[in-house]
Amino acid sequence: MTERDSRAYDVLVIGAGGAGLRAAIAASGAGSRVGVVCKSLLGKAHTVMAEGGVAAALANVDERDGWPVHFADTMRGGQYVNDWRMAELHAREAPDRVRELEAWGALFDRTPDGRILQRNFGGHAYPRLAHVGDRTGLEMIRTLQDHGIHRGIDFHMEVTVVRLLTADGRVTGAVGYERERGRFLVFEAGAVVLATGGIGRAYEITSNSWEYTGDGHALAYEAGAELVDMEFVQFHPTGMVWPPSVRGILVTEGVRGEGGILKNSAGRRFMFDDIPPLYRDQTADTPEEGWRYTQGDRNARRPPELLTRDHVARCIVREVREGRGSPHGGVFLDIAWIKERRSDAAEHIQRKLPSMYHQFKQLADLDITEEAMEVGPTTHYAMGGVRVDAESQMSSLPGLYAAGEVAAGLHGANRLGGNSLSDLLVFGKRAGDHAAEFARGNPPPRIDPAQVEACERNALAPFERASDEGPYRIQRDLQVMMQANVGIVRNAAEMEAALEALTSLAERARKVGVTGHREYNPGWHTALDLPNLLLVSEAVARAAIDRQESRGAHFREDHPAKDPALDRTRLVVRKSEGGMELRRVAVPPLPEELRRIIEENA
Amino acid sequence: MATGTFRVWRGERGRGEFRDYATEVSEGMVVLDALHDIQAEQANDLAVRWNCKAGKCGSCSTEINGIPRLACMARLSDLPLDRPITVEPMKAFPHVKDLVTDVSWNYAVKRNIKPFRPREPDHPDGTWRMAQFDVDRVQEFRKCIECFLCQDVCHVLRDHREHDRFAGPRAFVYVAALEMHPLDVEDRLEELKDAHGVGFCNITKCCTRVCPESITITDNAIIPLKERVADRHYDPVQWLIRTLRGRKEPA
Repeated sequence: MTERDSRAYDVLVIGAGGAGLRAAIAASGAGSRVGVVCKSLLGKAHTVMAEGGVAAALANVDERDGWPVHFADTMRGGQYVNDWRMAELHAREAPDRVRELEAWGALFDRTPDGRILQRNFGGHAYPRLAHVGDRTGLEMIRTLQDHGIHRGIDFHMEVTVVRLLTADGRVTGAVGYERERGRFLVFEAGAVVLATGGIGRAYEITSNSWEYTGDGHALAYEAGAELVDMEFVQFHPTGMVWPPSVRGILVTEGVRGEGGILKNSAGRRFMFDDIPPLYRDQTADTPEEGWRYTQGDRNARRPPELLTRDHVARCIVREVREGRGSPHGGVFLDIAWIKERRSDAAEHIQRKLPSMYHQFKQLADLDITEEAMEVGPTTHYAMGGVRVDAESQMSSLPGLYAAGEVAAGLHGANRLGGNSLSDLLVFGKRAGDHAAEFARGNPPPRIDPAQVEACERNALAPFERASDEGPYRIQRDLQVMMQANVGIVRNAAEMEAALEALTSLAERARKVGVTGHREYNPGWHTALDLPNLLLVSEAVARAAIDRQESRGAHFREDHPAKDPALDRTRLVVRKSEGGMELRRVAVPPLPEELRRIIEENA
Repeated sequence: MATGTFRVWRGERGRGEFRDYATEVSEGMVVLDALHDIQAEQANDLAVRWNCKAGKCGSCSTEINGIPRLACMARLSDLPLDRPITVEPMKAFPHVKDLVTDVSWNYAVKRNIKPFRPREPDHPDGTWRMAQFDVDRVQEFRKCIECFLCQDVCHVLRDHREHDRFAGPRAFVYVAALEMHPLDVEDRLEELKDAHGVGFCNITKCCTRVCPESITITDNAIIPLKERVADRHYDPVQWLIRTLRGRKEPA
């Protein structure tokens, strides 16, 4: 009935950001036939927007750094509900993964003796982020892309996967559609790596592009795999707030790393007013000490602007709610002030933060070397995602792997800046290696034609409906609702209301109709993204209702304290016959060696 | 609130027409915002590529009032709103639908360029030492976001359709980034002259003018590459040395 094309691979990678590309390079290096599906063009995935840097304990700038310190920082940032084995592997392997990029052509900024330079970032004890000005993500994705295109990998650009295929208790492939022609593409695959990124488009104010609709989360869930930690959604403290059309676009934490300070409408550095006990000993007592820290004084402690993202975001919300915000509902982020301290301030800012300089100049008519920026929180990153095995990145469904933002565990309740780029290198490689091994060690996959046909019928249904309910309005209503009810500050009543609203939005989504035909039709694509957005929204809301405490990025105004009874609890979501099923699982006890490392670095 | 009229190219595979859409204009808006409003309210199936909406990914390349540029960085406050603003697809690539073109040729060209090949590591641990000064020299080229606006504006591609013989400014920026990379030891001069046709560029600098990353494409990338090719192939002294030694000398 429908036109379709098919391809067979040992390993199919869904997503072509850093994690997907790194996984594909690993799998092809292991001898697999590899196909990569990109939702957009190659090289445009969200990794391209990462600014500040990639965290790795290279110890090039401060020799006191090492994997144990990075491990301890990651666990503290995640409020100890992280998968500690992932945090350990990540801290141990990140330096090699960064050096490997250099061997593939990446050019990081240098130390005076010619090694990779590292910068300060929130929650990291020492300067740890390898970077290229404030366009590190572009350097990384381009390096992986330019390396990957010479490794015999097939790239399917502008293809969206709408369903995973399963048979014999494992994943066996996927069905996608080609954006340009609207034709279906059936992939037969010995193993599948999900690397689809996040869920930011479930919210009204987000730094994420149209692609981030929770596709991988939904594909895994529908295929029977488990999700975990879905209540932990990171709201980056500094997104642009003005003008309206750029609301949510990211302002890198690197601004604060270079000495930028946060001020309220009264000119007060409000971050000094509330320093969490967990970080009190590591935080500067005075603005003077904070400044020295940003300029590399090893005896100084970090300024409170470089506390973890969850905390900084909440402090900004507090200032705005209590009437001390900036004219457009944010607070002020000031890097221009450093001209009081450096004679070369303007030049220095333009050199270290070139894309921020241009972003504000071009989109907001503001010169950041002269004036303070207005910033406020923006939905940025999902700590939650597919529940995976730490070593292999395999999900609870055999043959299905996940890496990068779509996978959960490394970051616990809150991700440290810079740990995402290292995450996708370390676990992208692991997922690719293990997926290749799985494909090699198992019988060829079997495709169930009934699954393919059902999927295609379902995907084409919006064309058959004469409906006045268009996809954009439903998506918009969902985003506004999630922002209001399951945002930075949460309570039971609003989240229960969110669940009800999701039921009626799902009802509307089932009736959605689209106009036009199948070729390059964004209305149709938006309609197909809706079920994924609804699903991840429900998972976030259900987990957030269940976790009756505040921890990391998850803040409940009706339960503002941390509950020690939940110190080692993670929430797992899976599909059951009665709908979404939620259960609690315990984090396994820390091995003695890791426990000691955390104590020593307290 | 003010209203703007957007004269948007609608159609498929080269056939189509301009259609006018009126939409409200608010402070700070860019052309991509207007296209999104039109898409959400008036034409759900309007095809336009975009991703980051912050000038960092290079997806939303179009021609606005005849100028190749990123729709996400084209501020309405800088455009004359008293007459319709035209938005068209790029002209140097095959048209797909509405504002979307098939840019896959650019990816094919890149794959034909010899990849990065580093010298032996400087240290036994497999790492290299590089000076910031040497890194800075190529960072300009590595800023490229692959929007392909430089390819679109280049008359060798746009008007003369020399896609089979000429790789275009983006490709030369890429080659320059590799050739001037502090660690790279590959030699790309032969293919630059023959397969990539660097000689077709007659230095009109249109590419430099449209680059949203302000890369000085012609002066800093293409001219130095042309000089390297000329040194090898057209310098009589070099020619004599090569002939006497009986082999090709790396640049």
